Amino acid sequence: MAFRRLSRWAVVLPALLALGLTGCGSGEPAGAGVTEVTVFAAASLTGTFTELGKIFEAAHPGTTVRFGFGSSATLAQQIVQGAPADVFAAASPATMKTVTDASLASTPTTFARNRLQIAVPADDPAGVDDLKDLTDPKVKVALCAEQVPCGAAAVKALDAAGLEVTPVTLEQDVKATLTKVELGEVDAALVYTTDVIASGGRVRGIAFPEAGQAINDYPIATLAPAPAGDLARRFVDLVLSQQGRDVLTEAGFEAP
Amino acid sequence: MVTINRAGPVEPHGGSTAGRRPSGRLPWMLVLPALLGLAFLVLPLAGLLVRAPWPTLLERLTEPHVLEALRLSLLCATIATAVCLLLGVPLAWLLARVDFPGRRLVRALVTVPLVLPPVVGGVALLLVLGRRGLIGHSLEASFGITLPFTTVGVIVAEAFVAMPFLVISVEGALRAADQRFEEAAATLGASRWTVFRRVTLPMVMPGVAAGAVLCWARALGEFGATITFAGNFPGTTRTMPLAVYLALETEPEAAIVLSLVLLAVSVVILAGLRDRWVSTP
Amino acid sequence: MSLLARLAVTRPAFELDLTLEVAPGEVVALLGPNGAGKTTALRALAGLTAMTSGGRIDLDGRPLHTLPADRRPIGVVFQDYLLFPHLSALDNVAFGPRCKGVGKAEARRAAAALLERVGLADHAAAKPRRLSGGQAQRVALARALAVRPRLLLLDEPLAALDAHTRLEIRSQLRRHLADFDGVTVLVTHDPLDAMVLADRLIVIEHGSIVQQGTPSEVARHPRTDYVARLVGLNLYRGVADGTRVEVGELLFSTSDRLDGAAFVAFPPAAVALYRSRPDGSPRNLWQARIDGIERHGDNVRVHLDGPITAFADITPAALAELDLAPGRQVWASVKATETHAYPA
Repeated sequence: MAFRRLSRWAVVLPALLALGLTGCGSGEPAGAGVTEVTVFAAASLTGTFTELGKIFEAAHPGTTVRFGFGSSATLAQQIVQGAPADVFAAASPATMKTVTDASLASTPTTFARNRLQIAVPADDPAGVDDLKDLTDPKVKVALCAEQVPCGAAAVKALDAAGLEVTPVTLEQDVKATLTKVELGEVDAALVYTTDVIASGGRVRGIAFPEAGQAINDYPIATLAPAPAGDLARRFVDLVLSQQGRDVLTEAGFEAP
Repeated sequence: MVTINRAGPVEPHGGSTAGRRPSGRLPWMLVLPALLGLAFLVLPLAGLLVRAPWPTLLERLTEPHVLEALRLSLLCATIATAVCLLLGVPLAWLLARVDFPGRRLVRALVTVPLVLPPVVGGVALLLVLGRRGLIGHSLEASFGITLPFTTVGVIVAEAFVAMPFLVISVEGALRAADQRFEEAAATLGASRWTVFRRVTLPMVMPGVAAGAVLCWARALGEFGATITFAGNFPGTTRTMPLAVYLALETEPEAAIVLSLVLLAVSVVILAGLRDRWVSTP
Repeated sequence: MSLLARLAVTRPAFELDLTLEVAPGEVVALLGPNGAGKTTALRALAGLTAMTSGGRIDLDGRPLHTLPADRRPIGVVFQDYLLFPHLSALDNVAFGPRCKGVGKAEARRAAAALLERVGLADHAAAKPRRLSGGQAQRVALARALAVRPRLLLLDEPLAALDAHTRLEIRSQLRRHLADFDGVTVLVTHDPLDAMVLADRLIVIEHGSIVQQGTPSEVARHPRTDYVARLVGLNLYRGVADGTRVEVGELLFSTSDRLDGAAFVAFPPAAVALYRSRPDGSPRNLWQARIDGIERHGDNVRVHLDGPITAFADITPAALAELDLAPGRQVWASVKATETHAYPA
């Protein structure tokens, strides 16, 4: 008797717990009259997408755009595990592929491209002028880890230039890499043009030709179970529109 | 239903525990939440076990970079724990035994690394010990020492984050210890240092050991402060948690394997220690 | 060598102020009720409680109060012994000498000799939790003596023992204290311990000395209700005129002769009870109401209320014969030869 009671609870309580945990995610159930669209976007899109969200809300009074910014790979994992998002904008085709492979997204469209630059502290203590200077063992270099898009791009660019660079650290994302330059802990790093612009003068960007070999495509797609289907499509349209392109270009992105 | 057996005669089928402690069935008010709590803690581990790529496990385990990260993790966590013991036990003693102005504030400050998001802790360490940090600047200028991006940096970050666990645990043990033993030692001619070394420390040893275990476990799992302050480079600063995080970006299965290795090693070590060191005198 | 001390400690709602003078080889017991300040006095002597200005301790003519506890030539036996739980009996005893800079081997040799002296040579390797109460007490004594103290302090040395062990340990402790040539101050609330162990009693109440003297003096001439109760006497304060002492409205005849303020004391066994007023002298006779009756050893102790409160010890046979019960009115008398009077 006692045991059966306990076993019933053992089933019910974890279920309740699970409900409580997922329940915090989205607001209303699916259907007409949905006024909220949830967008998962790569961390490098934080500034531009926040601005686009405001434009979208102004154009669609009564709607709210909620953002989840983070590492593209983490976001992709979360979507595959059932996170309730309507739109996914990734920093690389590879991370988008995780989601499309799981048949959770519409066909992605590339909406922006990002090019690497050499970022140096504003006072450029090591006197870095071009990519070759990064091979100097006295110059401390930070790169993104190869597992994340900016790291993959860095490897590609360095390969294209035929250079061998030994970094002091392989950072987990581009913002962390940029922080190391901002704090002056390293003398140079390879980050995106957009990050250099976003730092607002705290780091100086140096363009280099080999960056052209390692341009990063940013794909966007609506997600299959999107509760806010129509709104989701309209948000993607805004990103792909001229207005969207202007906002992205201003931040340093290139048109596809 | 569950009934409480009120000092009644021993039941024919339940006699084994009777006589040694107050009899009666286990109170479900305690047992039920306890089991739920256990399930809550253990189920995620079960999730990892279920999703682990068992067929390729051995192959993945023996990859050199896994062993390298594991070795680095164990080394850094152990040295960080030693550093915490060296600095944290005296700090706990100061907080528990010396009445100085501002003691409450200092005690609150000790817990800062617990509250601070580890990444912020890492940034804070950079601002002090980094190349352009308050102290780091002169460290490099005078001695040519830089901590970021070195194994020593990993140890610094881990010690920073893990030390509160040790200090709080040891301070609690010190406060619970009967101070009259210390007085007795003083009347026998023991200086405060001798009292600490020969009486206080042996008496709070279980607390110190428990604190060290917590501290070590925290250091072993440290991620945020480490990657921020010490960076991430194979062989010098890439500990297991960093390897796990990066693996998650591209290869979630590899991340699971790495996590399981870390878990298995720490569970084996802690379980082994528990019987040998964490027992009362 | 001797102890001369003025112990002064002030705490909220408590003030200790007493002067001690103890000769070498003498054992003094501080006796008093709970909260009287006995233990505080002992802690002040040991340097574990700070004294207020005016406090002063001189041992062998040298100031002690300026030294911290660990620099004082003292040995302390604590109430629950406080043997270090992580050290063996031998290492507990060797602890003091080691702290004073004696080498390990020599300290252990000395400790072994001391354990032998207290009859615990076989228990040298035992951890304190394996020792019985009596054994732990003896280890604590050996540990205190191991530092060759000039001042030995014992706080309720027998309080934690059961009645049987107590008897045995008390006589052993007495022997060891007799062998000790320094100053001994012990604190107890047990009059028997005090009388057996000490050469002199100092009774403390509310932080000051109310009476002192040899055990027999104190036992015969108590000066406070607390002491009277301890030594089992009825005690009253009155005014003497020759062999008569006036206590309130009562008049006592005594065998002693004195004038002025006086104490009158008599043992409960000297009180006789009657159902009706006995014939003869009206002195030492009063009418009382029975307040309570309790067993007291082989006898019965009757609590009397009336012009004076008093205890009377009678035999169970007398109790039955007189048919006494609480609330009854009785006549009580005490013989003049058993009534002592002494100056207040």
